[in-house]
Amino acid sequence: MFEMLKMYFSYPFVRYAMLVGVLIALSSSLLGVSLVLKRFSFIGDGLSHVAFGAMAIGTVLDVASDTAVVLPVTIFCAVLLLRTGQHARLKGDAVIAMISVGALAFGYLFLNLFSKSANLTGDVCSTLFGSTAILTLSVLDVWLCIGMSVLVVLVFVLFYHRIFAVTFDETFAQATGMKVNRYNLMIAVVTASVIVLAMKLVGSLLISALLIFPALSAMRLFKSFCGVIVCSAMLSVVCASTGILLSILASTPVGATIVCVDIAAFGLCSLTGVCLRR
Amino acid sequence: MAQLWCKDVVLGYEGKAVVQNLNFEVNKGDYLCIVGENGSGKSTLMKALLQLKKPMAGEITTGEGLEADKIGYLPQQTIVQRDFPASVQEIVRSGCLGRFGWHPFYQKAEKAIAEKNMKKLGILPLAKRCYRELSGGQQQRVLLARALCATKYMLLLDEPVAGLDPVAVQEMYDLLKRLNQEEKITIIMVSHDIRAAVLYADHILHISEEPLFFGTKEEYQNSEIGKEYLSVTGGEQHV
Repeated sequence: MFEMLKMYFSYPFVRYAMLVGVLIALSSSLLGVSLVLKRFSFIGDGLSHVAFGAMAIGTVLDVASDTAVVLPVTIFCAVLLLRTGQHARLKGDAVIAMISVGALAFGYLFLNLFSKSANLTGDVCSTLFGSTAILTLSVLDVWLCIGMSVLVVLVFVLFYHRIFAVTFDETFAQATGMKVNRYNLMIAVVTASVIVLAMKLVGSLLISALLIFPALSAMRLFKSFCGVIVCSAMLSVVCASTGILLSILASTPVGATIVCVDIAAFGLCSLTGVCLRR
Repeated sequence: MAQLWCKDVVLGYEGKAVVQNLNFEVNKGDYLCIVGENGSGKSTLMKALLQLKKPMAGEITTGEGLEADKIGYLPQQTIVQRDFPASVQEIVRSGCLGRFGWHPFYQKAEKAIAEKNMKKLGILPLAKRCYRELSGGQQQRVLLARALCATKYMLLLDEPVAGLDPVAVQEMYDLLKRLNQEEKITIIMVSHDIRAAVLYADHILHISEEPLFFGTKEEYQNSEIGKEYLSVTGGEQHV
């Protein structure tokens, strides 16, 4: 088994996949804590579907880099969603459901009508479940991912206390003079960027899992915000690397394997949490 | 000069006025209770005082060194907070965020302020405990300590005793009275509890479509509206 892994890791694309996987897992788990606590768990899902729609347009238009189309569109929708969450006639969850299903349908229709690709089903499947995309990363993708992860971690360290305040009690934070909208906007933009990157790893249907599972697992075990954040990040990194290794050894789809490992970890954490409370 | 005054204020939402001709002022060390029926505009007034919402007309001004973002605010608890994984210390310290500029982390001064306020409210032994495991009364103390970190002069409380058991209610009122008398902190409280209002406060603002009454509690007890409201809510036998 060790020999086999060594053989695989001699290929640069496997090393890239591992590196990118771990970095994406790290960034998404940090964001996940805030999103779950703010009751925005479904935003990840909605946004990833939007990203799928944008990706479809990008593919059809034959743009050099998909990311150039997908990133702005997703960020725009993220800002829209988090804005309407506060004071709108349409309730937040309804808007998310609308946008996410709409984007999915629109993207698939668009691909069907205009795509020049011979293997349409394969394309759609890999965008949704990320089956092989992670193994075809370009060096540019890897650097983009490293840059983005550093940015997310930096944002989290520098604004840690403010993110806590905005997550725990928005009204109080605003009343004491914090620019709450600015921080919400920042969280929205970073979330959108991470989702676009994560699409390559697990595909757009499975991103939510990467956002919410580590956060939920950590919440079973830890009782302080700091503890939850640190545990969530570590858990996510461990699960992602385990998932990638398993998928290499067993030749299973990368995204689905990572998510299954995350689910197993959640089960384990819940059990431990129950036992500790007794 | 007063700490806070409202002049000809009109409040409302979606273009519809709820409260009109609101005139009152709050001086240092006052204990003001805002009473009124549901939907009479109490929470809207609260938001306007905190400058989270602009009044439709009139002005709300602060003075005597008080700025609108230096009012300590005790909001009603939200569902999100009930199962939020956070330690007491983390929450209390977050009250200091308004006062430091661009530091990413808490300095010694802020940590000291948080500790002082926790001690004052008797929750220092709970500092490392998880917020969601505390009792309702303890949770309110934590939020009160956080509010104290944000202010030196004025506390604004939104239904501070809602959902508490009788013992915790009494403790909360005693605590507020102590802060008001010993620390000279101005207290503005929105409340349903009219009996406690006339018992503890020194001024009463009774609002509905027109601001029906503003004055000291003695004046309120002798006014038509006060008598009526007190008898309906069965307050008189307690006063």
